[in-house]
Amino acid sequence: MADDTNKLVHAFGALADLGQAVTDRNNFQETIRTSLHLISGSLAIMRAGVARYSRFSHELNLVAVRGLGDDFPLGFSLCQEDERQFLINGLYPIEVDQARVLPFFQVYDVSLERKRIGLFVPLVVHDELVGALFLGEKADGTPYSSYDKEIVCSMGRHIGVALAQRNMMAELERRAEENRKLYDDLRMTYKDTVRAFAAAIDRKDKYTEGHSVRVGKYTEIIASELGWGEGEVEGAAVAGYLHDVGKLTVERRIINAPYRINAKESAELNRHPAVGYEILQAIHHPYADVPLAAKYHHERIDGRGYPDGLYDREIPYIAKIVSLADSFDAMTTDRPYKRRRAANEVIEDLRLNRGKQFGPEIVTAFLRGMFKELTGQSTDRKFRRLLGREYMEAEGIVPMLQDALSDVPLTSRAFATLEH
Amino acid sequence: MFFVVKTNVYCFNPLITRGIQLVISSTELGVSTGSAEKSAVLLAGDYLNKISGEQIERECRRFLDQGCTKIVVDFSETDLVNSIGVSILLGVIDSASSSGAKVVFSKVRQDTAELFQILGLTNHVTLA
Repeated sequence: MADDTNKLVHAFGALADLGQAVTDRNNFQETIRTSLHLISGSLAIMRAGVARYSRFSHELNLVAVRGLGDDFPLGFSLCQEDERQFLINGLYPIEVDQARVLPFFQVYDVSLERKRIGLFVPLVVHDELVGALFLGEKADGTPYSSYDKEIVCSMGRHIGVALAQRNMMAELERRAEENRKLYDDLRMTYKDTVRAFAAAIDRKDKYTEGHSVRVGKYTEIIASELGWGEGEVEGAAVAGYLHDVGKLTVERRIINAPYRINAKESAELNRHPAVGYEILQAIHHPYADVPLAAKYHHERIDGRGYPDGLYDREIPYIAKIVSLADSFDAMTTDRPYKRRRAANEVIEDLRLNRGKQFGPEIVTAFLRGMFKELTGQSTDRKFRRLLGREYMEAEGIVPMLQDALSDVPLTSRAFATLEH
Repeated sequence: MFFVVKTNVYCFNPLITRGIQLVISSTELGVSTGSAEKSAVLLAGDYLNKISGEQIERECRRFLDQGCTKIVVDFSETDLVNSIGVSILLGVIDSASSSGAKVVFSKVRQDTAELFQILGLTNHVTLA
């Protein structure tokens, strides 16, 4: 009687410890290892194993073992009949000797016999098989009593919950990974579509072929230099790619006119920001400011731009960035009525127009990006690729950039961040 | 015939740290007559009752690989043994049994000895 009480106290202690082990935020392997120790130690079971069931491969795979040796199988295949019987049986332990009729015990008879596995406990949670316990002989050599089976059953329930939680987490991780891949695919499709649009816009103007793509890349450089996050930089690039989408509705002869266009033609051309906005607003972009960049990329911070003559802070920040990128590309590419300007002239122009046409911190960010590339502080070769090595490495450019950057108030970067 | 075999003793000393800390010393152990009996002493301490106690099993296997024929588990610093402890001791017994070595539990408290007896561990070890 006293022996039974001591045994009961010992087993209850194990059960309490098991409950804690399962609810602790240990890693899964450690939880299962601890659980196996507790179940083995509660009844002094010489050898035992915990297996996790995969409903995809229909296999029981051992995740923790005690004393089973290297020759015990690590995985056990189950047929439908096995699974059905185990589900009907529920958590109650099955005595291996009396279960030879099941295919599972016929197939693995030798391995189970060799290790003297006496009990097999299917772990069933919410009518789903999540794993199993393999329990060998006890140290006292006696068969498992009904009391022992009750203990095993209670402990198996805890281990089953731990396995079910793990399966649920694995399923969540798998779905999250699937969603991430889908999102990446969608994002890639969106980017490809945007690039295709940009190419279509550029095809309209034979003199400025590649303009939208270049503006997209310059916009990206500026946003990066301003310290924007990855998603925001991507959004800025999209805004750059699509800023001229409104030109699709402007007559080709006006866009390609090899002369200074008249007032009527100019009015027609100047409609493209508003038209672009209308086109882009109808699309649900992952980046909210894309239509605004199209609408306001010809605004100037001194209020002399179009279509609305907005001043500085009235202009959406992304539009200010695209405006600089757009003007820079216009100055550095050949146009029907004028040749591209030399790099030093362009830098001087940007410097003079800092605070007039362009946001000062945006000019600074852009020139800083250029300076970093030319002085090797960054490994990027974007400017050289877009404008040509010879153009970018013209004599005197680096000192000029240095001068332009040195007369900028130190707070410009902070200002840019604040305003953004 | 009477002679002494020198061997290393690995102690799991709970006073030094809560983590696994091996204190290695050399002492005279394993007195035997007739033939050389290489013994090793494992100090159970409190570590036995935690999953970190698996280290004791690993050390036991190491000693057995070195040819020890007798594993002595010293319970002088062990107040109680829980289920994890029993499971780890079963691991020690299993390893020793596979190598044909003897296991001795020494300085076991009365209530712990009773538990070992109820669970059947005493079928496999000698209490000293």
